[in-house]
Amino acid sequence: MSADLSKPAAAGGGAAVAEKQAVTTAAGGEVTSAEPRVPTVRKQRSVLVYFAYTWLVLIIVLAAIASLLPLAKYSIPVDAPRIGPFGGDFDTVLGTDNQGRSILSRIVFGARVSLLVGAVASLAGALVGTALGMIAGYFLGRIDALIRLLTDALLAFPPLLLLLALSSILTPSVKTLIIGLALLVVPTFTRLARANTISWSSRDFIMAARNMGARRRRILLREILPNLLPGLGAYLPIVMAAMIVAEGSLSFLGMGIPPPTPSWGGMIADGKDAVADHPHMVMVPAVFIFLTVFALNQAGDHLRHRFDRTLHD
Amino acid sequence: MNAQPEPVLAVRNLRAYIGTPRGAVRAVDDVSLHVGRAQALGVVGESGSGKSVMARAIMGLLPPRSACSGEVLFKGRDLLTLPRKERQEIWGKQIAMVFQDPGRSLNPVVRIERQLTEGMRKHLGIGKSEAHGRAVDLLREVGVPDPERRLRNYPHELSGGMRQRVMIATALACEPDLLIADEPTTALDVTVQRQILDLLRRVQRDRGMAMMLISHDLAVVAGRTDRVAVMYAGRLAETGTTRAIFAAPRHRYTHALLDATPSLDHQRHAPMRVIPGSLPDPTSPPPGCRFAPRCAHTTDACVDPGPRMTSADGVAAGMDHLIACVNPVAAPAAADGAAPASVGAGASPNTGLAKGGDLVGR
Amino acid sequence: MVLTVLQRLGRSVLVVLLVALGSVLLLSLAPGSAASVILGENATPEMIDELNKELGLDRPIWSQYLHWLADAVTGDFGTSPITHQPVTDAIIERLPVTIELAVLALAFSLFVAVILAIISASLAGTWVDRAITGLSSVFLSVPAFVAGPVLVYYGAVQLGWFPVTGWNRISEGLGPNLQSAILPVLAISLTEIASFHRLLRTDLVATLREDFVGAARAKGMGRGYVMLRHALRPSSFSLITLVGINLGRLIGGTVIVEALFTLPGLGQLVVSSINSRDVITVQGVVVFVAIVYVVVNMLVDLSYGWLDPRTRKVARA
Repeated sequence: MSADLSKPAAAGGGAAVAEKQAVTTAAGGEVTSAEPRVPTVRKQRSVLVYFAYTWLVLIIVLAAIASLLPLAKYSIPVDAPRIGPFGGDFDTVLGTDNQGRSILSRIVFGARVSLLVGAVASLAGALVGTALGMIAGYFLGRIDALIRLLTDALLAFPPLLLLLALSSILTPSVKTLIIGLALLVVPTFTRLARANTISWSSRDFIMAARNMGARRRRILLREILPNLLPGLGAYLPIVMAAMIVAEGSLSFLGMGIPPPTPSWGGMIADGKDAVADHPHMVMVPAVFIFLTVFALNQAGDHLRHRFDRTLHD
Repeated sequence: MNAQPEPVLAVRNLRAYIGTPRGAVRAVDDVSLHVGRAQALGVVGESGSGKSVMARAIMGLLPPRSACSGEVLFKGRDLLTLPRKERQEIWGKQIAMVFQDPGRSLNPVVRIERQLTEGMRKHLGIGKSEAHGRAVDLLREVGVPDPERRLRNYPHELSGGMRQRVMIATALACEPDLLIADEPTTALDVTVQRQILDLLRRVQRDRGMAMMLISHDLAVVAGRTDRVAVMYAGRLAETGTTRAIFAAPRHRYTHALLDATPSLDHQRHAPMRVIPGSLPDPTSPPPGCRFAPRCAHTTDACVDPGPRMTSADGVAAGMDHLIACVNPVAAPAAADGAAPASVGAGASPNTGLAKGGDLVGR
Repeated sequence: MVLTVLQRLGRSVLVVLLVALGSVLLLSLAPGSAASVILGENATPEMIDELNKELGLDRPIWSQYLHWLADAVTGDFGTSPITHQPVTDAIIERLPVTIELAVLALAFSLFVAVILAIISASLAGTWVDRAITGLSSVFLSVPAFVAGPVLVYYGAVQLGWFPVTGWNRISEGLGPNLQSAILPVLAISLTEIASFHRLLRTDLVATLREDFVGAARAKGMGRGYVMLRHALRPSSFSLITLVGINLGRLIGGTVIVEALFTLPGLGQLVVSSINSRDVITVQGVVVFVAIVYVVVNMLVDLSYGWLDPRTRKVARA
């Protein structure tokens, strides 16, 4: 198990430990040979991982049942603008924004948009990317060269710039946003799937299936794909975190989700000019973005340690 | 016959345990041995017997999450308790080590010259050009042709044998008093193994240096050492002069090991004999003699109270040949009647009498 | 060696050509036409036709592409129909700010990450290592658009050490210049520090287990020496690749901070061009940045030969 990545060698660490733990007697005297005490090696399951999953479940449930919750409408003012948080009132518990709208409500509905856009874009990109990667990795040759070239070309654009270029032409909407973000995800999964397909195709059981005359489609879908899924799936949370960040960046620049639909990035953008006097308008969405991205990253690390074969070899 | 009054290296009751998720591996468990001045000691044992871990414990190279106890006395100073700065003055300068695989023990991205000279420059305080000159001489001494060019090379540009010669030259750089060679030929081609081993013996003799030659192969140690220590499952089984042990091994394990080794001198066509079974679980070794489960001569006494380190030939004959065996192989004619298991009271201070039976309980 | 360089170069040229094709296609992808996007909703068909002609959009795609390429080779990315400034001039005018931000951020995050990685790898498994690694996970989850406003609040508003917005050119003195650069650079560096630290720590820890590190210690070399002179270089191969890859995110980060701190760089140029529907300028800047990105990554690939002597041999053979 390469969970031991987290328990690595230290420069002179062996000696240092030994020195500390050595049980020796005064020179020249009788030797009482006590047994050295070896630090126990435990599998560390970080509290953070539990926290991460808890937070994700919480935020997903909140986003899912947002319309059932007794929240104020996110587009209608509930109180005076720019009220600080923890004022007592439920709608203004996280304060109000420039227009006096409930930040609590906008956070919850913003979570809905951010998570939905992040999840759908990641899944769509992963689907297309995996398909392309499997085709490239299984057939190799010219089609592989073509797919790799297209992948390289996509990767040649700095992600945010590609999104900006798209949004200069397309009218911003949830749909175009998802298309743009999915486009960013495709090359990553193409590369991962291609490498994994190549390594699986050379395995004995695939060879056997091929020799027995199994059709290509069957081999790809029934034999190779199931083996790819755990490893690729483990990357989804991290990709989703990246998508949430990308969506946030775009919305921050005013080119993401069009108002009045709330998004976390847009909320930060709204609050940034008043940050000197009303920092809560920035801090509240900042904390939510941070916690969500952090939780997704932690979950992703955890899953990758468990399921990614390439990390173990 | 007796050991010299003050050995260069005396290991006393050394234990080195290595932490793993399954528990502490008792890689070295109460081992005592010594290397005299200008003497070559062979340490022999199967892989997993703890011989390499012992070498690493001496050099302070144990992996993280490991611990050791006992003493490693180098010229009377305990390396286990010495401050790091002082140990770093001993390692490389007075004790040097040659590793198993020269392909891995040379840094792939550093030129030979720096790897060979950095130790000299630190310990001897000499300048770049002087170190360069010495490096050329050293490479010549260990039989590396065209040393000037080799110094500019990276390790991958050298053959395995050449790399190991470079490692030996590096080890010799500060004229150490003790050279530890840990399986120095295991990773090399068969054809160059002998050259490297003979080179080691030659420089050891020429320089009057002590050497600890570690190998899983008795034949490697046979003609090239003065004394031999046989290890099994973290314990010392038998130690004595190379001549005595090869002529008349007393410990059942040594005996079986010698039987299983095809002789170099006369090629017998007898079927290869192997020792049945395998090494015990290093995290929870069996009580008493650790070889007992594989031994054909096991009695109850082997398990309880188990063997002690005792003279093989009776106290009168001296303490140089020691065994830890309850039912040893019968001695040749001379050692009449001295039942080794009953001796054991007067162990020499150098070997540190081990109370084997007390140590095994978990 | 020569062959690998040529191969790598060939691939890069191909990718750049494809990138250019993509951006030309982008213009024709626009709903309606680029001209209608530029001119807005009130444009008459005549105005659109005229602008299409001016932009060459009335020609077939392949002809547009070839013309665009021919111009681009001579450094001509077209002229903005809005500001009537040649795109190349606009890029040159804004480039120094973006380059300074990117280079400073890269240098700063590498510097910090290498130090942190050396500390945590040396003390791997201890509380110091866990603290640094924890901090690194936190940094990884703070994108520039979150870090920026928070840093403005604490660094500029609360402490008042740095300007809230604005840019002082180097010509105004290095001090003021750096002062206006620190917060933006910090905002885009956090994630980079984290991702560099993670990778280098893992690689260092693996290297420290190598026999050659043990051999260096067995020579009595000190811990610092072994770390810096033996372990660091063979551990840095993947880090170099990551630097090239992360440059993309870094450029995205500069867009964010340029918008936030109103810094006159390429990012602001893109954002303002999008807002004024100046598609030609957006296209020019995006292609320009993509080319730079491809070239940098190609150089990164080639730098392996310098870092790892073993690949030199392979390349020669």
